[in-house]
Amino acid sequence: MQGNTACAEGALAAGCRFFGGYPITPSTEIAEHMALKLPKLGGVFIQMEDEIAGIAAVIGASWTGMRAMTATSGPGFSLMMENIGFAAMTETPCVLVNIQRGGPSTGQPTMSAQADMFQCRFGSHGDYSIIALSPASVQEMYELTVKAFNLADRFRVPAFLMADEIIGHMRERIEIPDNVPRDERKLLLKGVLPFHADEDLVPGFPQFGKGYGVHVTGLTHDERGYPCATSPSLHENLVKRLVAKVESARHEIADYRVTNPDAEVVFITYGSPARTVEQLVHDHPEAGIGHLRFRLVWPFPEKALEEFPHARVFIVPEQNMGQMAREIERHTCIPVVPLPRFGGALHTPGELKKAMEGWR
Amino acid sequence: MAMTYSDWLREDRLPHIYCAGCGNGTVINCTLNAVDRMGWSKEETVFVSGIGCSSRAPGYIVTDSLHTTHGRALAFATGIKMANPDLHVVVFTGDGDLAAIGGNHFIHACRRNIDLTVICMNNQIYGMTGGQGSPTTPRGALSTTTPYGSQEPAFDLCELASAAGANFVSRWTSYHVKELARAIHTGLQIPGFSFIEALVQCPTNYGRRNKFRQVMDQIDYFKTHGILLQKIERLREEGKPIPDDAIVLGDFVHRNRTAMGVKK
Repeated sequence: MQGNTACAEGALAAGCRFFGGYPITPSTEIAEHMALKLPKLGGVFIQMEDEIAGIAAVIGASWTGMRAMTATSGPGFSLMMENIGFAAMTETPCVLVNIQRGGPSTGQPTMSAQADMFQCRFGSHGDYSIIALSPASVQEMYELTVKAFNLADRFRVPAFLMADEIIGHMRERIEIPDNVPRDERKLLLKGVLPFHADEDLVPGFPQFGKGYGVHVTGLTHDERGYPCATSPSLHENLVKRLVAKVESARHEIADYRVTNPDAEVVFITYGSPARTVEQLVHDHPEAGIGHLRFRLVWPFPEKALEEFPHARVFIVPEQNMGQMAREIERHTCIPVVPLPRFGGALHTPGELKKAMEGWR
Repeated sequence: MAMTYSDWLREDRLPHIYCAGCGNGTVINCTLNAVDRMGWSKEETVFVSGIGCSSRAPGYIVTDSLHTTHGRALAFATGIKMANPDLHVVVFTGDGDLAAIGGNHFIHACRRNIDLTVICMNNQIYGMTGGQGSPTTPRGALSTTTPYGSQEPAFDLCELASAAGANFVSRWTSYHVKELARAIHTGLQIPGFSFIEALVQCPTNYGRRNKFRQVMDQIDYFKTHGILLQKIERLREEGKPIPDDAIVLGDFVHRNRTAMGVKK
């Protein structure tokens, strides 16, 4: 199965019944598969007039209680940014898939990249937080899409599947489980203000059409949902909660894989570069090469770095100029070596081996 | 039993933000009147809006409502209506929201003929941000960004909606209250995309710059310059001149094209 198809199948298994989007290479197969399958399942596929409208329709659908998603790539992702901030501010669960391609601008539509990782985290204006997953196989395109829906519903945030073109267009054999785990959206209890949150910092969801009579606005709002855009303390408390509800859970929801925890030289990866590192580890069992592979990238679980107590260096091969390397750097005292390889080609095992030299 | 506005308005949000003399309240009243006549329950009715003066209206109404991003109300409303066709979805928008930043969503929502009722409060200006020119600012009119008079021709929103495929298109003003409420009621009844344009006075940011010194001056202008579509057509047939500054009023289209998102 192709990675993009696996993503769509994972979404359907997770109960996604609404897709709103706009065709863009290299993500289009996801839309095509949803267009084929959703009507047969009683769901809705709608091709909107642009990506701004795609994410807008997804947010609208989500307020009716549906699991809803869109899929795009670089230019479309840029267009979605304002409404991603709207989803964060209004605490709308939704899933966005970005099959990353080379940028900036139109860049390389058919070539792989991982250069939208910071845009995913910080791309819309203002402070907020989101959740992002990064698959390194077709199997994970399926699994992590399911997971994205569960995390989006639990935390009421936009959740991102930050894949790259290589994983999106790769074909591998996968195992499709009979059932997938499902975390339901916590509904608002009657008598509770719609934007009031308890200890978990996530308010109950007042689904449209159920008599809640909720006003949802992108303006700074109080617990009633009413606009109040001029109170410094109200705004500060709201934004702090929007960030804290995700960031304070970062170690609980952390999802990564550790290989050779006693290693001194450790590669850190996510997405397709992980596969080259796996090849290197496999080819040199005697070298005891460390590998930390993140499946969940944002919120960044910095305690994962402590899994390698003897590490002398973290080498970070990425398909960008060193985005996650910069995030890792601020959480550790040992050297962090970015290993950029972009333009569409993957790192070769030889390049990675060369990067290790001098640290052994 | 006759409706009271307290049935539909969030009284704990009053006073509202609209300026003294603003025409938006008239349009909200006409809308609530029409919604009430439909017999729709609050639970099954959703108001959606974008950004601007018009778009603050849903925040004063007791139903579920979504106050979205600038220009995008129709795209959000499309998602709601397609996901749950049982909901009645009414969109409040303005000339800047709908015709400038949201122009593309407008024509595509008309083309899809989604079962929405869209009410555009056209004050011919960006009121919320202090009076900048909009796509419906008449040629020659003054605004903060057209200090020498607008050089651009204005959009005719009703012609646009008709050409793009809406099932029902009508234009009235804040002077023509009964006709406006009737048109909105018709729009709510019709499956498919209904577009009602309501010209409204904006004394704060349009009127005072454009020779309408009093609120009533602009309302009087709507009264004296509003000409029924049928009369315009008659003038045209008779080869008589049509005034340049005529505000064409009435139902532009009323048809039954196949619609999307209609309640089953």
